[in-house]
Amino acid sequence: MSDADDVQDAGFDEWLDAAEEDAAYCLECPEGHASLPPRRVCPDCGATDLEETALPDSGEIETFTVTHVPTPAFEEDAPYATAVAAFGPVRLTGQVVEFDLETVETGLEVELEIAVSETTGERVLGFGPV
Amino acid sequence: MSDVRVAGAGLTAFGHSPERTSRDLFAEATIAAFEDADVPRADVDALLYGNFMGELSEHQGHHGPLMAEAAGVQAPATRYESACASSGTAVRDAVMRIRNGEDDVVLVGGAERMTNLGTAGATEALAIAADDLWEVRAGMTFPGAYALMAQAYFDEYGGEHEDLAHVAMKNHENALTNEKAQYQSAIEIEDVLEAPPVSEPLGLYDSCPISDGAAAAVLVSEDYAEEHGLDAPVSISGTGQGGDRMALHDREYLARSPAAREAGAEAYADAGVDAADVDVAEVHDCFTIAEVLALEALDLEPVGEGISAARDGRTTADGETPINLSGGLKAKGHPVGATGVSQIAELADLLAGDHPNSEFVSDATTGVAHNAGGTVASATVHVLEVDR
Repeated sequence: MSDADDVQDAGFDEWLDAAEEDAAYCLECPEGHASLPPRRVCPDCGATDLEETALPDSGEIETFTVTHVPTPAFEEDAPYATAVAAFGPVRLTGQVVEFDLETVETGLEVELEIAVSETTGERVLGFGPV
Repeated sequence: MSDVRVAGAGLTAFGHSPERTSRDLFAEATIAAFEDADVPRADVDALLYGNFMGELSEHQGHHGPLMAEAAGVQAPATRYESACASSGTAVRDAVMRIRNGEDDVVLVGGAERMTNLGTAGATEALAIAADDLWEVRAGMTFPGAYALMAQAYFDEYGGEHEDLAHVAMKNHENALTNEKAQYQSAIEIEDVLEAPPVSEPLGLYDSCPISDGAAAAVLVSEDYAEEHGLDAPVSISGTGQGGDRMALHDREYLARSPAAREAGAEAYADAGVDAADVDVAEVHDCFTIAEVLALEALDLEPVGEGISAARDGRTTADGETPINLSGGLKAKGHPVGATGVSQIAELADLLAGDHPNSEFVSDATTGVAHNAGGTVASATVHVLEVDR
């Protein structure tokens, strides 16, 4: 995180802005490799002409955990579920929100939802119910 | 190309010493290493030093010259940072420098001061080994990352928490006689299963402790060892390193470690051995599931079968291939920057017959050390062989 609260992380914060407006995207190279911003070069093949491609509206949880011992930035949020979910050509790591922790499982269908940390008030990439 | 010999090694006790600076810890390890090696400090051509979180725990950067000074060595010094594989990468470069004739004597080591940060602070510091933007800001911790891998493993190959508990129990058992170990206490399966959860399915006893400590080793060329009549029966005959995408979610597999597989294959080929030749190994068990993934990546177990290795006794002290006879990170402790070199130190002692657990590997000739950084975005593997 940038030390100054008012300084954004270019590329990343714009992506969160887009996700808040249901317009999340990945970056695709001509070979079809997908990655996440900020990114100038395709990590798979080195191509430099990357284009924004819309992500599907929903994704699927591929693995998850319930964290009881957080970093200080999530002290008030624990326990919470973290998951890796596939959204089309990319996977994302996010906090599972608005689900009972006991109901979180592999294969669960989720939507992107930009949440807010109860501890810091910072935006958090989240996965909510479809 | 010169063979590389382990002339000597030294460790501090690993554990809880929040007031001790990393320069003090490292100095102690180097004193032990030089005594063991019988090599004068003046002969050292370079210091390669591993450390991960010194900026966070000690407000200290630029560790190279500071640690050369602490060791009483007047040689150029460089810090290596590759998260938990920091000193594994230092060992690899030391081996290559000696082989190509650049250096005859390299002091390699590492240290970490962690417990002064407290549990929350150390959790935060360890998390910087992951992608800050895309993982840490979503609340992923390090135990959380390995829990994601454990759950993915269970879903893909089967297995349960009790299988992992056997890894923890085995490594605690192995540490009982290791006076450098943080935990010299036995645990039972129930202790692991009933421990407070850290990041489900992993609990407190699936996790290595937060540790302070240091390790050092004096590596020399074979020519130097012969000229000076050193007693150095153990050589580092193979080195390998692998890399992968930084974030776990960007990997092809969530329950495999291709970087470690790549490092292992390279190290085996370099040494002219294969997995079947490996008699004993020290692997990077920062969490119980990590030992399972390491065994599979090193081809010591088929993919999907490593989960039962400890439970079925294949990796226990009296098993076919004893794993982590030192106690591993789990019981010996994991002062991050020291871990890679401490594995070399333990393995060299095990092979040379100088370790309390050497009796379990009295016929062993070939050992492997596996050191991993992050969720195995970095990995080094070294093959050690002993003259018999």
